[in-house]
This record gives sequence, structure tokens and C-alpha cells, in this order.
Amino acid sequence: MLIAVISLAVMGGLFGIILGIAGKRFAVEVDPRVEEILTFMPNANCGACGMAGCAAFVEAVVAGEVNPRLCAPGGAGLHEKIAAIMGTAASSYEERKVAQLLCQGGYEQSKMLYDYQGVRDCHLALATFKGPKACNYGCVRMGNCSRVCPFGAIQMGADGLPVINYYLCTGCNKCVMECPQQILRLVGVSHQVHVRCLNTDKGKDARLICSTACIKCKLCEKNCPEGAVHVVPSGNGSIAIIDYEKCTNCGICAAICPTKAIQKNDPIAEDIVLEVGKSQDSESGCQSCGVCKQL
Amino acid sequence: MQEYLIIIISAVLINNIVLSQFLGICPFLGVSKKLSSSLGMGGAVSFVLVLSGAITWLVRQYILLPFDIGYMQTVAFILIIASLVQFVEMVMRKFTPPLYKALGIYLPLITTNCAVLGVAIINVQKDFSFGKAMTHSLAHAAGFTLALVLMSGIRERMEDADIPESMQGTPIALVIAALMSISFLGFSGLI
Repeated sequence: MLIAVISLAVMGGLFGIILGIAGKRFAVEVDPRVEEILTFMPNANCGACGMAGCAAFVEAVVAGEVNPRLCAPGGAGLHEKIAAIMGTAASSYEERKVAQLLCQGGYEQSKMLYDYQGVRDCHLALATFKGPKACNYGCVRMGNCSRVCPFGAIQMGADGLPVINYYLCTGCNKCVMECPQQILRLVGVSHQVHVRCLNTDKGKDARLICSTACIKCKLCEKNCPEGAVHVVPSGNGSIAIIDYEKCTNCGICAAICPTKAIQKNDPIAEDIVLEVGKSQDSESGCQSCGVCKQL
Repeated sequence: MQEYLIIIISAVLINNIVLSQFLGICPFLGVSKKLSSSLGMGGAVSFVLVLSGAITWLVRQYILLPFDIGYMQTVAFILIIASLVQFVEMVMRKFTPPLYKALGIYLPLITTNCAVLGVAIINVQKDFSFGKAMTHSLAHAAGFTLALVLMSGIRERMEDADIPESMQGTPIALVIAALMSISFLGFSGLI
């Protein structure tokens, strides 16, 4: 009995010493910035940023692959702290981008050519006589973007159009790549005014098939104080396009647009700050990662 | 010489550690998605397997048997294997970081890889001499790597195949593993 205990203890001790020496010999140097940033990360390991955890996120941030603003539980101050450690200006981090839907053709607004009864897939619906909708530029409403979103940020609304939750959207670009009509675009969160129509048909034709289409009246172009909106040739016709660099979110074009194709949205928070948790007491332990909302 | 040859053929093909004895299934399914990482995993397991085969044999022969504490065999073997895996992990992290990342959780899981402990115990059960035990461990390591590489080769091709949604991923991998196991049964008449 005693021999068994002693021999095993000696073996264990010996291996321990060998491993200790090996640990020193083969030590891997970790970027000190990674460890420093990790000290004030929320460490929720929630995965809301799309990485495997806080450590993976910090490594990617230090490598410059990921925008530090993507951390939802980190809140507003996180990217500033990271910028201080990285030695860069906080403003040098590109603003967060979210997907914007450039179509408002719901069930009420746009005319249908036929009743599509096939598999609910945008590509398949489009392959059937260019889709059931009369408008060939807009949303097919089969919800591919909603299914492809890994964050549950896109739900199909009552009017058949996808509704994007800007607080869950991480700007991963998956829906943009998936959409066969290319009506989803990644736009910085500071931009509130969008032309939500891509129909380049002539004004009369466009209006006949959709009540909220751009009719190329050029009212927006004439009234914009910054010269940010222009009706420019595109495809076989023309379409109003906003130059986001010049736009000051004044909303004059949105107010004057006769078909309401131009919309001014409520402002979106710079950093991902979710309603969950932030409004509640911090004692609940909620870090507002948003995973519960995705579930 | 012939005995050694028989040990090798038996361990690699007939009693293949994964496909016939069903030991070490976890990395076989977990790390067989890419050929490169499966080769790395095969190498890591082989290294641990051969080294642990040697050390366990020596420990049993010169510590456990003389002190008459053969019943501590399993505990001692697990101690040796766990330390070895730790060592391999450190070396890998230092010298091949991409492989270290690709193997992920499966690297520390070699500790609980029953193939490693299994081979050490088979060495004991068959009462091999040191030379035979080393040959046996080496052959089983080769057999493990062979099974892993074959599996990953098939799975890489399956990437392009049109698999029904319900069968994608692990289900089809298990079906492949079963078919491979059946085909390895054909070697049983070799000796």
C-alpha cells in the first residue's frame, strides 16, 4: 500500500517537474495588448460578435480583422478603451454598418402578376416568370435573408417584407450576398435617409406597379440643400440615389417625396446597445449580449 | 522477424484500432474534416501513442512489477498519458501554431483517447517484449493515422456531394465510418 502511494507520488512529481521545465522552455509569447484588453472585456463569451468568445474576439481586434464596436455587452466605452491601448484614435474605427432594405413593396403597395405557390425561396420564385411581383427590382418576399441571418436580426414582417433589427445586425454581409435582387445594402448607422426603391423604370410604369416606387420626379434633387440626392441614369432608366457622404440627415427629401420612396429613419445607436439588460438593473447579471433575443 | 511482420499487419489492417476495435472514435469523427488537420492529428496521436507505449512498458516492467503493485497499472498509465499529452500540446503550440488551432479541443482530448490507453493495455495483456510492444504501438499508430486520413479524404469529397439536409455532417460521417469498418472486415482472412 505504502509502496503504491510512494511510487505513484514520485512518478507524478517527476512528470510535474518535467512539464514545468517544458512549460518554461516552450513558453509562447502572447501579445501583451491582448491580455490587457482582456482584463476589461465583459467576458460574457456570448458570441454576439460572431467570434468564438471574448479571447478570440480580442485576438482578431488586435490583428485588425474585426471592428471593436461589434462587442454588444462592451457598450459604448469599449472601443475607446481598446483604441487607447492599440494607440489609434477611436474615430479611426469604421462606424458600424447594418443592412438596409431598399424596397418598400409590401402586399399593399405593389401589384402581383400571379399567385406563387412554389417552394418559398427567393431564387426559385424569381426563376418563375421573373417572380410573382410585377416589379422586377424589388423584394421577392420569400425570406432567404431571414433564413441566412446567423444572428436572427431579420424577421419577415406582416407586409411580407423583411424587418431588420438594427441592434442585432452585426453587418456580416450574409444577407447582402444572399439576396438575388441586391436590395440589401450595408450602410453606416449614422445615415438615416435612404432611397428605398431601386426601380429604374419610367415614372408612370413604376407607379402603376407599386405605390411607393421612385417616379423620377426629381423633387428631391431640386430641394436638397446639400446637393446630395440625384436622379442618375441606371440600367435602362434612372433612379434617385443619395450620396451618403454629403447627406446631413435633414430629411427634406423624405418629406417632399410624393411616393414616400425616400424615408428618414429614427437614429440607430452607434454602438450595439440592446434594450435588454441596459434598461434593467445591473444586479440581474444581464450583460445585454442579445443571445436571449436571438433565441 | 515474421512475428513482427504479423504484429504490424494485424495492427494496421486486421485489428485496426479505430475500424475494428472501435477505440479513439472521438478524433476520428471530430478532426476528419480536412486532410491536413487529420494528418496533424494522426501525427500527434502517433507520437503520444508510441512514447506512451514505451514509457508504460518500462514503468510496468521496472516499477509496478518489482514492487508488486500491478493493480495500479491503469492509474499509472493514465498519469503517463496525461503528462505526455500536456507535453505534446506545449511543443505544438510553440512550433506549429496553425496545427494547434486546427486541432483545437481535440488535442487535449488525446488524454482521454481510449486508443492510447487501449494500446498500452493490449501491450500488457499480450505480454509483449519491449521490441514487440514498440512495434505494436507503432503499427497501431499507423493504423489510426491511416483510418483518419482515409476518412478525411472521403469527407473532403463529400463536401461537393449533394447530401440530403438531414444527413449532412455527423450522420453521413457515421455511415461512412460504418462502411469503412465493414470493408476493413475483409482483411480478417489475411493471416
